[in-house]
This record gives sequence, structure tokens and C-alpha cells, in this order.
Amino acid sequence: MVEFLYGIEVVINGLMAGVMYSLVALGFVLIFKASGIFNYAQGVMALFAAMTLVGVQEGQVPFAHLINSVFGTQYHHFGWHINAFVAIAVAALVMLLFAYLVERYILKHLVNQEPIILFMATIGLAYFMEGFGDLMWGSNIKTLDVGIPQGGNFWIEEKTAFLGGEDFYGFYLDTLDIYATVIAIILVSTLVLFSQYTKTGRALRAVADDHQAALSVGISLRRIWVIVWSIAGIVALVAGIMWGSKSGVQFSLSLIALKALPVLMLGGFTSIPGAIIGGLIIGIGEKLFEFLIGAPFLGGATENWFAYMLALLFLVFRPQGLFGEKIIERV
Amino acid sequence: MTVSQDAAVQETITPDGRTIGGVLMEMRNITLRFGGVVAIEDISFDIRQGEIRAIIGPNGAGKSSMLNVINGFYHPQDGEVWYKGAIRGPMRPHQIAAQGIARTFQNIALFHGMSTLDNIMTGRLTHMKTGMLSQSVWFGRAQREETENRAFAERIIDFLEIQSIRKTPVGRLPYGLQKRVELGRALAAEPSLLLLDEPMAGMNVEEKEDMSRFILDVNDEFGTTIALIEHDMGVVMDLADRVVVMDYGRKIGDGSPEEVRNNKAVIDAYLGVSSD
Amino acid sequence: MLYREAGDFKVSYQADQQTFPIRFDRLFFWALLASAYFVVPFFINDYWANAVLLPFLIYGVASIGLNILTGYCGQVSLGSGGFMAVGAYTCYKMMTAFPDLNLAFCILAGGVTTAIVGIMFGLPSLRIKGFYLAVVTLAAQFFLVWMFNKVPWFYNYSATGMISSPERTMFGYAITGPNATPAATYLFCLTFLVVLAFLGRNLTRGSVGRKWMAIRDMDIAAEIIGVNPLMAKITAFGVSSFYVGVAGAMIFSVYLGAVEVTEAFGIQKSFLLLFMIIIGGLGSILGSLVGAAFMVLMPVLLKNIMVNSFGWAIDIAAHFEFIIIGGLIVFFLIVEPHGLAQLWRIIKEKMRLWPFPH
Repeated sequence: MVEFLYGIEVVINGLMAGVMYSLVALGFVLIFKASGIFNYAQGVMALFAAMTLVGVQEGQVPFAHLINSVFGTQYHHFGWHINAFVAIAVAALVMLLFAYLVERYILKHLVNQEPIILFMATIGLAYFMEGFGDLMWGSNIKTLDVGIPQGGNFWIEEKTAFLGGEDFYGFYLDTLDIYATVIAIILVSTLVLFSQYTKTGRALRAVADDHQAALSVGISLRRIWVIVWSIAGIVALVAGIMWGSKSGVQFSLSLIALKALPVLMLGGFTSIPGAIIGGLIIGIGEKLFEFLIGAPFLGGATENWFAYMLALLFLVFRPQGLFGEKIIERV
Repeated sequence: MTVSQDAAVQETITPDGRTIGGVLMEMRNITLRFGGVVAIEDISFDIRQGEIRAIIGPNGAGKSSMLNVINGFYHPQDGEVWYKGAIRGPMRPHQIAAQGIARTFQNIALFHGMSTLDNIMTGRLTHMKTGMLSQSVWFGRAQREETENRAFAERIIDFLEIQSIRKTPVGRLPYGLQKRVELGRALAAEPSLLLLDEPMAGMNVEEKEDMSRFILDVNDEFGTTIALIEHDMGVVMDLADRVVVMDYGRKIGDGSPEEVRNNKAVIDAYLGVSSD
Repeated sequence: MLYREAGDFKVSYQADQQTFPIRFDRLFFWALLASAYFVVPFFINDYWANAVLLPFLIYGVASIGLNILTGYCGQVSLGSGGFMAVGAYTCYKMMTAFPDLNLAFCILAGGVTTAIVGIMFGLPSLRIKGFYLAVVTLAAQFFLVWMFNKVPWFYNYSATGMISSPERTMFGYAITGPNATPAATYLFCLTFLVVLAFLGRNLTRGSVGRKWMAIRDMDIAAEIIGVNPLMAKITAFGVSSFYVGVAGAMIFSVYLGAVEVTEAFGIQKSFLLLFMIIIGGLGSILGSLVGAAFMVLMPVLLKNIMVNSFGWAIDIAAHFEFIIIGGLIVFFLIVEPHGLAQLWRIIKEKMRLWPFPH
């Protein structure tokens, strides 16, 4: 009985992890739909956004390390602490600027390239941003605190303790995860509404369907790309805030991109519901696998590869993903 | 070996003096569906040794699908394909290529990362048998084989008059030359049956004349059997020995160019309506 | 001008098929090879061997391998780090299980095992294409590294989880272990690179290479002209993984001597190899080597300039390294997808006509 309840706890925690994966995967799907680019840099964007947020909030001097090295000065802080909301707004602005620069200096030159070339270009972009972010804000681990409460949620623990009798202390859920889930749900709903009911949203979907046709009815591809990368930047910022609050702003944050890839494999690259459901499946799947098989029999840490293996098996039998359409090949 | 039921077909001599032999390939009651869409419905026809066989019809009639069935890219739900007197089982396209069927494509399908020479050499792949080990050592068998096949490829290059672009990456060539290189790649395979999917699409009159000459020369010099799809009726009437007419996945006419031209159903469905 | 093509006529197809059709190139190549064997070993020291030459030679092998798969056959792999680990651990198990076995044999065994593993992970490539496949190869990367970390049999139950290579000799000279001299290890790696580059060049210039390239350029058309896609892709995965595995085995046994799998063969290594072939040139053996040299030399150079000359902190140099690598990748993909090798070809074409360009 208690085993079973812990199993449920694992599922719930997996569900919440899954929501986070979905959030990152969503950034991928948006860019992929509008520009056919599989944006490997999405994870580094989240890292960069979180770094910028912390930097602004703490009043860090950008490029302090470099400036001090070159001029022998000792600048580190401006000496202010900014309100979290203002800092988030500034970080969001930086991500918008970033989107513009990416379009201006990279995407514009890579129109009509093969998807795989674009993919590799985003790997390059990821490296560039990682180095640039570290140079700008320093590569030390930073704590990010925008006021979201953390730690186990006692209320839920108390209220659910009765379920399992003596040995069961109730479900352990992190308050941060609950907040993250709620925010992710709000964000996803907003995006869906935006793409369904606004004029820009319609243009986005038109571009996703057919670049040429969209161009011919007067939709500006470049404008759409800037918009999409901006949205992806904002999504990255949100993901960065959540993951950063949870485990600190550090290099490993950029690896959440790698976690989102199998989510896309499962859900298909072009489907927003696919990204969400794929994320949930993988979140629950890897936690359950670790709980039932990984930790007891395989020495643990199976979360590193479970999602990929699942995606691999899945792809072999259904290459188009859960929600993709079967492709008829032509010559 | 099972002999085709149409063994009664006699050798015939065409007006211009070429010999047309027995049946090389026969399609019997071919039906091809994609989900609910019927692309080809119950079509039968044959291709005889040494002839130029044309398949014509309006857009979407199922002509390209027919070629794809012949070279095994699509597998028909119903019907039989007979080739060289034997029924053909389910096969992958590369196995069918090894049996001597080569083709060109409607939208040029050259290998853009390679030179003209390399593209034509890929046509020789079905004839090159050295294993990976001798390949990796190169000197000896692999080099000998490469040189022999290179000599053959050079004959094709001479024949198609593309010596000057031998080492040019094909992506840089103009459209007409790309079509010619693609023909060269198919010819390099020394096919028994050559399938041409709209070899003259998008060409100007001069290029069309060149291409027509090459097709006739191939048929004449190498005795290659050719099945081609073409929209230009003038070209078809001049080149083809026999013509199959398709419309909406059905066969509506079959015979010599004159017969087809005077066929009522064909005129209604194709020539009369379409002002192509 | 010394460097010219005019008048260098070919009278046989064999002459036209040479790797270096131009006489000057040929002479230069032989001179380079001769000095690599007969001059460098007398001047080599520990710093040059460990910082520049060994990594270049070994990564050269690996990047030829990855270039065969990605540059020639068009299948992008992000699992190279994991495959290198397979080579390293096979080599380690062979070295410790059969102490009398020749080192070269252990390394080759690493290559063969990796080839088999590579083929297994390459099988889905028949159904999965493009970057879907790239992501699938990530599965190999993460799974393999996890496996070498978690299964103690692979590291002989050592307490640290690391594997370290015992001393082995070739012709009486120590190649691995603390007594190995830079000259001996250098010559050992150089020989591997020269032989494998020779084999790689031969495979890619003949019918096998054309099959790979046909699959890369247009897989459907390739199948229709008679290329068996399964065989082509599997051979590419097999050969490529063999090279990568051999490189992994050499990194472990000859270059580093002791490795910990997540550090030595993590995903960063997969990217490193990918960058080498993008910068060097996709679909070019020479490019693989140029790319390897570039990626090995650049950090050394940056460190020398920024840290030793300017006196900046080491981590700033590391950040700049990331920025420069990332920037160059994007730059090359935009401007010259065929990399440094293509730039070199263009320069040669210009030089051929110099000083009369018209």
C-alpha cells in the first residue's frame, strides 16, 4: 500500500518535471514551426536569460572580469539591488534584442539551407552564447531568487498523510514545482490562444505551413522570425527562472535542451499539444523507470538516457512521432 | 522460367529499319492506391524489346506513378509485373536497378555534391563488385575496376558531348546540361530498360532537339528499350513506336502514334480538352 | 611559378585518379611525410607531444571517421564521444585481460568493437533521417557513458571508477605508461594516422565512397540507381565507428594514460569532432586533418596569447575559445559549408593563374 502511494508520488513528481520539459520543448516547437530550425541553442538561451536576470538584479558589471583583466581595475558591482520584476523585464528586453540580432546576423544568411546545416549552426550559436554569457556575467554558480517559495509543501503533506496510515507521511511535493507547473500552464495557454486568435498568430501558422505561400500573400518572413525567436527567448527566460531557482544558475542549466529533444521526438516537432504530452510522458516515464527498475536494479541515474532510449525505440516504430502525419515519399 | 502468355508477339521491323523483338516487360492489371486515392486502376500494357514506348496523359493521370511501379519504388496493391519472361516478386528499387532498369527523374535528381564524372560513375555502381577490403587498399583490383569503368563512363561522356564539364560540380550546370548528365548516369548502367520521366520538360526548342537526338541515338546504337513520359505531343509522335494514354489512373488508349491520335476517347480526354 | 598545373597532362585514367594530381602537391606531400617521420622525432619534447602533436594525430583519426559518416554519407552523429569510450574500454579490457597482447592489436580490437556498436546504433538510420537521427545518436552517447560509469566490470572494479593503462611496448620502446618517450608515442600515433588516412582516402574515392555520397546527396535517387541504402549506411556507420573507436582507444592508452568516462568522453567530445569536420570541410579527408589541427591549435594559441602574453585569467581565454569556436561554426556554415579545405582549393585555383588572373 505504502509502496503504491510512493509510486503515485513519483508519478506526480514526474508529471511536474514533465511540465518543465514541455516548457522547454515548447520553445523548440515554436521556432521549428516558423522557420524549420531545430534550435539547439534553446537551452543556452535559458541559461543566458537566467544569468542576465541575476546579473541585473544583483547589479553586476557586465564583462567585469575582462575589463579588470585588461585595465587592471576592480569593478564588480554597481552596488544596487533591483526589484525582481524590473530585472525580469530587463532580461526580457535583452532576449528580444538577442532575437533581433540572431535574425539579422545568422538566419538571414541561412535561408533555404538544409535543416541539418541550420541545426549545426544553432550548435555554433549555443557555443557562442555560452562563451559570451560566461564572459559577460562570469561562470560561477549563481543563486537566483525572484521570490518564488521553495521547499517541501507541508500543507499537501499534512492533508495527504491519512492515505497511508502509520508509515506514510503524505506526498512530498516541492512548492517551487507547483508554482512552475501553474506558470507553465498559463504560458502554454497564452501561446495557444495567441497563435489561434491573433493576426500575428495566423501569420505564424501560415509561415509554418508554407514559407513560399506565406511570402506571396505579403507576410514578412523576417518579421515573423524575429517574433518567433523573441517568443522563444521569453519562454527560455521563464524556463531559466524556474530551473535556475531550483538548482542555481550554472552550466548544467543549458543541458535542459538535451532533455527536451526526446520530448520532441515523441511529440513530433510541429505539434504544440505533442510537445506537452511528450513532455509529460517522458517526465513520468523516467521517474517511474528510475523508481521501479533503475535504482533497484541498474545502479541508478538512468534518467540520463531513459528519455533518449524511449524516443529511439519509439522512432523506429513510428518515425513521424505521436501526432505527426505519415509521410508519402515522392520522386 | 515461365514464359509470358504473349509469346505470340512476332519480331517486327519499324519503318526506319529498327528491329523490335518480343515482350521485355509486361504490366498486368496494375492497381495502385494511396489510402483512399486510386492512382492507377487496373492498367495492363507491355513494352517490347528495342522499342520506344511513350506514356502520355494529362497532369495527375498517374504516369509518374506508373514509372515508380516499374522500378519498384511503389508497390501496387494488385496486378503482376512480368520482366524478361518471369514474374517479378516484391523487390526493393536497388534490386530492380541491378536487374537492368535505369531511369531519369522529372525533377532532376542528380547528386549535387559530386562532379559530372562522379555522377555518371554512380551509374556504374551496379557493375562494380570489388569489396570494401580491396577498395581500402586500392592498388590492384579496385584500381583496375575503377579504370575499366572510368573508360566506359568516358564513352558515355563522349556520346553526350559533355567532355568539357567532366569535372564541374553538377550543381553549377545549367538545367539542360543537368538533364543530359542525368541521362548519362542512367545510360552508364547499360540498362535493358531505360525509363525517362519527362526528359524534355522545361527545355527550349534547341535543347529538345538535342535531347530527342540523344534518345533516338541511344535506342539505335545501344538497342536500349526506352519507356518515356512526355507532354510535348509533337515529340511523342516523332519518337515513339507505341503510345499508352492514361487519364485519371485508367488506360484510355494504346497503339501506334497514328492510332492514338485518331482515338476518340483520347481526343476527348486529352488532346481535345487540354490546351497544353 | 613552381606551383602550376599547365603542362601537367594526364595520359591515363590512373594518372587522373591520383590523390594529388598536381606534381607540386605530390612532392610537397612526400616531403611532409618524410619530415614527419625523420625530422620531427628528433626535436619533439613533452610539451609539443602532449599539447599539440598527439591530440592532433589522434583527433585526426577520429575526425576522418566522423567525416566518413557525416561528410560523405550525410548521417550526422552526436554519439562520437560514446563511441570513443567503447574503443577506450575495449582496449583497456584487452590490455588487462591479455597482458602479452600487442598494443596495436588491443587498439584495433577497440576499433572493431566500436564498429559493431556503431552498426547497432546505425540500424535505425534506415527509418530515421536528418536531425532525428542526430538526436537518436545522442541516445548512444548518454547510454554508453552511463553504462561505463555504472557497470564496474568495465573498469575492473577499481575504486576510483577510472581506467588507467599499464605499460606496453612496441619493438622494445614503451608506448604507454610513465616510461613512454614523446618520440615513441608520436611515431606510434603518426603511423596509425597515416595508415588510416590512406585507407580512408581509398574508400572514399572509389565505388564505396560514391555509394555513400549518393545516399548523402539524395537517398531516394541513390536507391533507384542501385545503391542498397541499408548496406551503404551500415558500412558508413561501421567504418566511421571503427576510426572513432581506434581514436578513443589511443586517447585512453597513449595520450591520457588514465581516463574517467564522463570527463574524457562526454558530449563535449562529440561536438568537438563535429566542429573539426565542419571547420575543416565536410566530405574531405584533408579537411578532417585541417579541422583537427585547427581545433587542437586554437586553444593552445589563445592560451599562449591571452594568458602568457597578456597575463589574463585562464577562464577568460576559455570563454573566448567558446565564442570563437561558436562564431567560426556559424561563419563557415554561412560562408563556406565545405570548410577550410574548400578555401584552400579556391586559393590554389587562384594561385594556378597567378600572376595573370585573366
